[in-house]
Amino acid sequence: MTAVRKSLLLHGGLLIVLFGLQFVLPAYHHGNLARIMVLASYAIGYNVLFGYTGLLSLGHAMFFAAGMYGMGLGIRFLEMSPALALLAGLAAGLILALVVGYLALRTVGVAFMIVTLMFAQALFLTILYFGKWTRGDEGFVIQQPERVLWGIDLSDPVNRYFAALLLFAVCLLVSLWLIQRPVGRVLIAIRENQERARMLGYDIFAHKLAAVMISGGISALAGAVYGLLFGYVGATFASVQYSIFPLLWVLLGGAGTVLGPFVGTLFMFYLIDLSSALTTAHMLIAGVVLVAVTLFAQQGIVGELRRRFWRWLP
Amino acid sequence: MEFGPYLMLASLEGAVTTAVLSLTAVGLSLVFGVMRVVNVAHGEFFMLGAVLAWWIASAIGGMGGNPALGFVIALVLAPLVVGSIAAVADLTILSRIDYDPERTIVATIGLLYIMQQVTLMTYGPDARPVEAPFNARIALPWVEFADGRPQIYWPWGFGTTTYKLGVIVAAAIVLLGVWFVMARTRIGLIMRATQLDRDMALAFGIPVGRVYAFVFGLGAGLAALAAVLVVPIQQAHYLMGGDPLLLSFIVVIIGGLGSLPGTVLAALLIGMSDGIISVFFSPTLAKIIATLLVALVLVFRPQGLFGTRATR
Amino acid sequence: MTLLSTRGLSRQFAGLHAVQDVDFDLPAGQIRALIGPNGAGKTTFVSMLCGRIAPSAGEVIFDGQNVTGLPAHKRISLGMAYTFQVTSIFANLDVAENVALAARRHLRGAARVRGAVDRALEQVGLADRRDQPAGDLAYGHQRLLEIAMGLVQAPRLLILDEPTQGLSEGEIEDFVDLIKGLSGETTILLIEHNMRVVMASADHVSVLNFGEILAEGTPDEIRANPQVQAAYLGSPDA
Repeated sequence: MTAVRKSLLLHGGLLIVLFGLQFVLPAYHHGNLARIMVLASYAIGYNVLFGYTGLLSLGHAMFFAAGMYGMGLGIRFLEMSPALALLAGLAAGLILALVVGYLALRTVGVAFMIVTLMFAQALFLTILYFGKWTRGDEGFVIQQPERVLWGIDLSDPVNRYFAALLLFAVCLLVSLWLIQRPVGRVLIAIRENQERARMLGYDIFAHKLAAVMISGGISALAGAVYGLLFGYVGATFASVQYSIFPLLWVLLGGAGTVLGPFVGTLFMFYLIDLSSALTTAHMLIAGVVLVAVTLFAQQGIVGELRRRFWRWLP
Repeated sequence: MEFGPYLMLASLEGAVTTAVLSLTAVGLSLVFGVMRVVNVAHGEFFMLGAVLAWWIASAIGGMGGNPALGFVIALVLAPLVVGSIAAVADLTILSRIDYDPERTIVATIGLLYIMQQVTLMTYGPDARPVEAPFNARIALPWVEFADGRPQIYWPWGFGTTTYKLGVIVAAAIVLLGVWFVMARTRIGLIMRATQLDRDMALAFGIPVGRVYAFVFGLGAGLAALAAVLVVPIQQAHYLMGGDPLLLSFIVVIIGGLGSLPGTVLAALLIGMSDGIISVFFSPTLAKIIATLLVALVLVFRPQGLFGTRATR
Repeated sequence: MTLLSTRGLSRQFAGLHAVQDVDFDLPAGQIRALIGPNGAGKTTFVSMLCGRIAPSAGEVIFDGQNVTGLPAHKRISLGMAYTFQVTSIFANLDVAENVALAARRHLRGAARVRGAVDRALEQVGLADRRDQPAGDLAYGHQRLLEIAMGLVQAPRLLILDEPTQGLSEGEIEDFVDLIKGLSGETTILLIEHNMRVVMASADHVSVLNFGEILAEGTPDEIRANPQVQAAYLGSPDA
């Protein structure tokens, strides 16, 4: 069996299992999984930049939040339809990614991390500053009638699950497709050896900018869908914590693997969920996992599987 | 109150901010300068200093000790304890990932959450004050021109406390001490040698591993010291590390990464303008401008506003 | 026809003249060797040709077009190819993917890329290692992979920076045959220390010393040139 066929089988199989779980999961886990699939889509967006292009951003919450607020403010003040609002969220993320990418990509390494962190912090503070419209920390609720897309009520758990699965499937397949395409291979080449890629005639800046926009776009779409499905838009989603989360999920699941973002999000979600029975300080778990992964599992879960058993994993 | 005294008061507050900020930022700058790593957990070492100061002060107070004694013991003990914690973290975590810049950031983000959340679980979510060892009010005079000649008068509510002046003096002394250690002592020489060329230092038999642990501990200790100084003015709370981290980042970047004089100069700029700007603008707006400024400085002038471009 | 020329090309590093006022002409189809003692400025010179380093003064003309202001990737797409002095490959990607990355810049379509990759790997003798991670190759094979990455671009000018460094005797002979086989179709600029390779493969030799062109001529003329011998401390085949 060729690597391509194996990978289609694996990823297709995952999507079919997720589709089937809908009918058997108890309500609590059913709701969790819908949330995980949306957050995993955010992680997939992050992985395009961090895992495949090798650029570590500490400010991805700004794209997630741009999508969420683009969608939420569109519904709240411009009375957009949900579909239009999702597009508005995506557009907000893409524009932000273009501007931030254009500026931040002049820096490398640690400076890039700090610049993205600062831009994200500026957006977070801006959301607080314009509290009159954004309702700041408190956020605002998107009412049930405003969440009916093409006659489908997205506040209904079953519809919500399918919407989340659809988003996740699209993001997963896009990322799988992207890294098989020549442009995706160039991103990997930039991660592996930027100077070599440049001397093969590739425009590094243009490719990195494209990666920031694809990554920011997917993250923004995930943010917009999250707001729409769960009916809430708040400044927390723009905070530093929400920039650290996708890093954590991708590191744990395996940076530069297609499945890693999902596996990492799933693990982390349930780790925190289970620990919340023991303590309210759930970010402690996040901290311990971050340190442990850096120390002991550089490749993450899927990365280790690839290294040890299945070299063909994309 | 009129504009003049108002500005004067803001400058005094700014000077206190500057004092605390330069201590914290010099700690961060030292770590970056010598070890070439960014310590994202720096703000939490600050927070630990404040929380430890409360523990120590209330333990001494509980035993019937003098509050001033408790504070003095905290001033010595808290930085030592925090410095040791940092040194241990360096030896057990950072040295094992070989100070890789990106992995270090990820690991220190992990440390940040660990320290913050363990504090939440033990110390709790409340903000608690520590009593200042001395805290007399000083009323300040103001000069006004009336009837064509200067007159001295004492505006109501215009003044500061001896403690705040004490913080400024203490910070200045500590900074001079750091400068003296770096410039005039053997350990300073070793640190500078390690900073210039790690491999060369290793070749000359400098125990680089121990130097790094010491520097990491020293940086954290300075943050903790700054926090002990500030805790009688501002209460100890498990989330108090965020602002000092952000401000230190701003200061270190504007001052030129790793440059001590640049750091102090930038702390003066940020501390004073923070005091003065927040009088006129909303603090949120001031922070937005500051964070954007930092990002743009890094993009367009990575050597900092006061630094000169490195030759390599 | 002149494919590449420079006029007054200079580069200073902190006041030191690494390359000074070099006028250089390379006719199309020629195999030119660039030799000179260590620190003569050879790598700096070719780095300015392909845009890795910006010159302090002077200009580079490629195929009648002034490319001095063009970034490296644009010069590459005009038909230059550069192989690094210190092996620079994508160590975690497999051998075929390394070459494919070089090929895709000018070829569209998976089948055509695959064909070009196979041919290039065949040429350097790495065809049986196409699926190995490049980082697992022996050093000499990594050098050959670099050359394959240059060849597959079907460049009009191939710049090889010390390609035989670290190759075994047998591999060097194969390399000389390979270069000679390209004679006529590709213009090659070869930085080389190994005089046997220079003598066997180059049509023409330029000698760089202290950043300036010391002599130019056929391999035999250069071998006989007393100035060149002096520059190499009197050892003509060092």
